[in-house]
Amino acid sequence: MKIKNQVKFSFPAKSSNESFARSAVAAFLMQLDPTISQLSDIKTSVSEAVTNSIVHGYKQEGGLIYISVAIDENSLVTIKVRDKGCGIKDIEKAMEPLFTTGGEERAGLGFAVMQSFMDSVKVRSTEGKGTTVTLKKKLSYDL
Amino acid sequence: MLELNFENSVLTAHLSGELDHHTAAVIRKKIDAKAEILKPKTLKLDYKNVDFMDSSGIGLIMGRYRNMALMGGKVEVTNVPPHLKRMFSLSGIETLGVIK
Repeated sequence: MKIKNQVKFSFPAKSSNESFARSAVAAFLMQLDPTISQLSDIKTSVSEAVTNSIVHGYKQEGGLIYISVAIDENSLVTIKVRDKGCGIKDIEKAMEPLFTTGGEERAGLGFAVMQSFMDSVKVRSTEGKGTTVTLKKKLSYDL
Repeated sequence: MLELNFENSVLTAHLSGELDHHTAAVIRKKIDAKAEILKPKTLKLDYKNVDFMDSSGIGLIMGRYRNMALMGGKVEVTNVPPHLKRMFSLSGIETLGVIK
C-alpha cells in the first residue's frame, strides 16, 4: 500500500522520554481522527516497546531510539521502534507472558500487551546489533 | 502524581496522571520509604485518577505486594477505572486477590 504520510524521530533512551515518545506518535495520528480507545492502545504499545529498548536493549546505559510512523491509503498505521542495543537472544522466550529479565518491578507483560492492543507485532533482532519492533493497527471504522 | 495518607494503620496512595516505567520508579520509592517508617497493615493503591498506564502500573502492584508480604501486611487496589480494565485482566493480577 502507498504511504500517505510519515514521520521519523529519534531521542536518547532515557526513561524521562517515554512520555514524549508515545505522545508524539499519538499527536501525529490525530489526523486520522482516532477514537480515545484506539489512541490509548497505541500509546500503551509504544510505551511498552520504548521501555523495552531502554531497560533491555540499552540496559539503562543510554543510546538512541528511532521511531517511525507511517500511514497508508487504507489508514493502516505502521510504527517501528528501533534500538541499536544488545538485541534479544531468544525472541520466542522474550515474548512469553510473565517472562522478564527486568527484575522484580517489571511485570513481563510488554509483548503480551502489544499483541493484545495492536493488530500485529513483529520483532526482528540481532544479538549485539539491536532490535526493531514493528506494530500495526488499522484505524478505520468499517468494522 | 502521588498523594499519601495514613490513617488507622492504612497507608493510602492516591495515584494520578500517567503511570509508566519512569513515573512508577519515582512513585515506588516514595511509597516504600513511607511504608518502611509507618509499617502499615494495609497499603491501599487507589487508581481512580490514573489517566494512562502501561504494564509498569501492574509491576508497581506486584512489587508492593511482595514488599508488604515481607512486612506482614497486605495490598489492596481500589477504583480501577474502566479504561484500565483490559490491562488488569490481561495481566492476571486478579489472581492475587488484591483488587477491591
